[in-house]
Amino acid sequence: MEEVKIDKKINIKGLICPYTFVKSKIAIEDMEVGEVLEILLDYEEASRSIPKSMEDHGHKVLKVEKINDTDWTIVVRKEKE
Amino acid sequence: MEFTEDQLQRYSRHIILPEVGGKGQKKILNAKVFVVGAGGLGCPVGYYLAAAGVGTIGMIDNDTVELSNLQRQIAHNTKKIGVHKVDSAKDTFESLNPDVKVIGIKERISKDNIIDLIKDYDIVVDGSDNFPTRYLVNDACVMLKKPLVSGAILRFEGQVTTILPGEGHCYRCLFEEMPPPGLVPSCQEAGVLGAITGVVGALQATEVLKLILGKGDILKNTLLIYDALKVNFRRVKVPKNPDCPVCSENPTITELQDYDAGYCRI
Ligand SMILES: [Zn+2]
Repeated sequence: MEEVKIDKKINIKGLICPYTFVKSKIAIEDMEVGEVLEILLDYEEASRSIPKSMEDHGHKVLKVEKINDTDWTIVVRKEKE
Repeated sequence: MEFTEDQLQRYSRHIILPEVGGKGQKKILNAKVFVVGAGGLGCPVGYYLAAAGVGTIGMIDNDTVELSNLQRQIAHNTKKIGVHKVDSAKDTFESLNPDVKVIGIKERISKDNIIDLIKDYDIVVDGSDNFPTRYLVNDACVMLKKPLVSGAILRFEGQVTTILPGEGHCYRCLFEEMPPPGLVPSCQEAGVLGAITGVVGALQATEVLKLILGKGDILKNTLLIYDALKVNFRRVKVPKNPDCPVCSENPTITELQDYDAGYCRI
C-alpha cells in the first residue's frame, strides 16, 4: 500500500476536548484542498471524536492509529474549504 | 492574524461549528457594527455581539441610566444609575471581552449626524424606542445601502426584520408613514415585559452574526412577530414596494428628514 504524503503535522498532546478539535480545525483550515494533516494526540476520547468531527466537516479520515501506550495519530485529507 | 491561546478558548464553541470555524471567527473579530440605542434592545444586542467578539461596536444614546431601566436593560446595573448609558454599556462589554472596542456616542441621533456616524460600519442595528428614529435609521441605511437589523418591542410582543437595501424590503415598504402620535400607546400604556427585550435583542444579534458570516437565511422581505403570551412566532411576508417612497427606483424621499412628534419613549 502506498504511503500517504503528510503535508502538515500538529502535536496536540496534553489538550482535551474541545481544544483538541479546535486546534485540528484551525490547522486544516489553513491548508489547501487535497493536502494531508497528521494529528498527534494523547486524549483518548479525541481519538474517536476528531475523526467523526472531521468527517462531519466533509474531510476524509485516512488513518487512526494507536502508536504507543498513550498516543494516537490521526491522518486526515482536506476535501473542501 | 493568528488567534491567541485565549482566543482559541474564548471562541472555541464558535470555531467548532462548521458554519463558523476560524475563518468565520476572524470575520466576526474584524466586523464593525453600529447599534442605535443602549436601552432595552441595545443592551442584549451589544452584549451578545461583544461576547461573540465583534471587534468594533459603535453605540449611540444620549440618556443616563435610571432605576426604571434596570428591569430590562441588562448592560447596566444599580451602581450605574446616573451614568451615561453608553459609558455603562462600554464598561460592561469591554469587561466581558477585551477583544471588543466600544465607541460610545453621547448624542441624539439626527438627520445631521447619522450619515457620518454609520458610514464606516458594516451593519446597523436599530434598538431605538421611537418611530421618528426608526424611520430616520431606515432612510439613512437605504441611502447608504447599509444592512439594517431592526427590532421593536411592546408589552408582550416583539418584532424583528432585516433590511438589505437593494435586495429586499425596507421599513417604509412595510409601514410607509409613521403612525400619527394618537395611535401610538401613551407612556402609561406602554409597558413591556423585560425578558421580551432579551428575546428580540438576541434575535437581532443572531441576524447580525449570520450577516457577518454570510450563512443561513435572514429576515429579508420578512417580519418576524413574537407573541410571548401565546408563545407564538409568526413570519409575515413583506414584499418590496415598487412605489416605496425611499427604496424604489424613483424615490420621493431623497434626503433625510427629522420627524418631531409627541411620541412616547418606552
Ligand atoms: Zn422600501
